[in-house]
Amino acid sequence: MPSDYRFSSRDAVVCRGVGKTWAPDTPRAHLALTGIDLDIRPGEFVVLLGPSGCGKSTLLYLIAGLEDATEGVINFFGDPVEGPSSDRSLIFQESSLYPWLTVWENVAFGLSIRGASREERRAAALEALREVGLVSAMDKRPDELSGGMRQRVAVARALAMRPKVLLMDEPFAALDVQTRQKMQDFLQDVWRESGASVLFVTHHIDEAVALSDRVVVFTSRPGRIKTIVENPLPRPRDPFSPEAEALRRQLTALLRDEVDRAFAEQEGMGD
Amino acid sequence: MAEIAPDQGRARGASLRARLRPTFIAPDRLRAGLRSVGWTIASLGLFALIWEFCWLMGWSDPKLLPPPHIFLGDIPNQIQFFNTATRWAVGVSQAEAPSGLQSLVTTVLSTMARVIAGLVIASVLAVSVGVLARYFRLFDRLTMPTIMLLSSVSPIAWLPVAVFLFGIGNGPAVFMVVIALFFHMVLATVTHIDNVPVNLIHVARTMGATKRQVYLRVIIPAILPAMLMVLRLNLFGAWMVVLVAETTGVGHGLGQIIMLARNTFNPSLVFFTIALIGALGFLTDYALRILQRRLLYWLPEKGTRHAL
Ligand SMILES: Nc1ncnc2c1ncn2[C@@H]1O[C@H](COP(=O)(O)OP(=O)(O)OP(=O)(O)O)[C@@H](O)[C@H]1O
Ligand SMILES: [Mg+2]
Repeated sequence: MPSDYRFSSRDAVVCRGVGKTWAPDTPRAHLALTGIDLDIRPGEFVVLLGPSGCGKSTLLYLIAGLEDATEGVINFFGDPVEGPSSDRSLIFQESSLYPWLTVWENVAFGLSIRGASREERRAAALEALREVGLVSAMDKRPDELSGGMRQRVAVARALAMRPKVLLMDEPFAALDVQTRQKMQDFLQDVWRESGASVLFVTHHIDEAVALSDRVVVFTSRPGRIKTIVENPLPRPRDPFSPEAEALRRQLTALLRDEVDRAFAEQEGMGD
Repeated sequence: MAEIAPDQGRARGASLRARLRPTFIAPDRLRAGLRSVGWTIASLGLFALIWEFCWLMGWSDPKLLPPPHIFLGDIPNQIQFFNTATRWAVGVSQAEAPSGLQSLVTTVLSTMARVIAGLVIASVLAVSVGVLARYFRLFDRLTMPTIMLLSSVSPIAWLPVAVFLFGIGNGPAVFMVVIALFFHMVLATVTHIDNVPVNLIHVARTMGATKRQVYLRVIIPAILPAMLMVLRLNLFGAWMVVLVAETTGVGHGLGQIIMLARNTFNPSLVFFTIALIGALGFLTDYALRILQRRLLYWLPEKGTRHAL
């Protein structure tokens, strides 16, 4: 990994030596993530893969600006990240929709924070809902939707802010296999249309193979970058092609070592 | 409640108004309502029946534990005691005094007004203090230890303070209700704020919400369901403490009646008043339940009971 500190503004996100210690200066302090060097180009789809607890979510929080890095620097289009911004939208595993708002009010939530008028908000929400194919559900409440629909609304809410980077933390992990497949296709369409970069955390190697331009494989705790694997498969992708199979095998092997290490460590902690 | 989403303004107000308007009751809802009334009657009937049975068998002394048909049958006789004019207003002859029924209504309304006033004041104060404590670190550090300490003090211990501060009348009674609820409600508010799913807050922050906006648009609506539940549970506490407070001398009040009944050794009056308080507590809880359902329009009608 080149570790030079010259930032190029053609990169959407640049991480240099980024690390995070949780609860520093306390007895519970622990290093979750260290020495992360990662560049994400505009419009690139990057998948993060790694054993549980290696700090993938932590990295998304740092890039989102919700938490401060304790080591290194993160730049976003040439400027240091100093707090949250609507240019960087975060989407979580479980639904984080506001149950007291309707679907369209949820989608327009960010605009209402900015003080947009009702007409503006409605128009923007409608457009975002059209992109995710849920215009008909606009007046429903989140509880009336299926899990897949809720995640689509969450994506629409993020898109309504016209973000430059979408940070997605296992967004489809709670969905069944068929729905997840559909959501992957849907996400690729949305991604291509929006032109945003996507940083996508998953535990599913199939998902990484289907979606990524590059796959970043993490080591077990504290998380470091083990390798970055280019995904050469042409889109639209055939998940059963021999190339896809080879990539899947490569990622499985890389991940297995780390998961084994993580388990060994956890067993060691039990003593 | 329009406060929750200030700049969603008019539309929200309109839809809220529509929700608060009485609607025609759907037939299945009506049937469910009737069924629950039926069970209430059955439950009370069973209780009364056991009591009557004990009386019939001579196990319970009607002079100490008069069964329902006696103390309820005695209402015309007992109702005169609600007329506090006969006791307090020296020089007012019985003839000019209000009738028993009027006095009963005045007594009930006075007590109810104290309960509601206390409940409203306590909720507003407690929620404000709880939110401020979470909002301003310094405020939290300065107030929470004292609140924690005082929340374990029984409201009865505050009774003298109520009298020192407010003399006699409505003041001390309302103060007692407020004091009995305030500390627990502050702690409940803080706990519920701490339990708001962190992702809901993160989402708002990534969309550029300020701390103030996070509180107004996310935290307050998110804790509202739990806070209304806290309010309902504390309603019973308010009913309990108001009776004690009213013994300090308040003119009209159910607490006064209970004290009178005790001093004159009148079990019929005791049980009649208990029945009355029970009914009032039930009715006020029912009113809060309706409020809860109307305000929390977004909550689906599900839960443990529904799942089992
Ligand atoms: N808010 C927090 N405060 C303290 N420690 C935290 C916090 N969030 C995460 N951690 C710790 O940081 C480490 C990395 O957690 P993180 O959630 O980033 O892992 P992850 O790779 O996303 O795991 P998973 O795949 O299970 O979601 C863990 O040891 C976790 O306990
Ligand atoms: Mg995670």
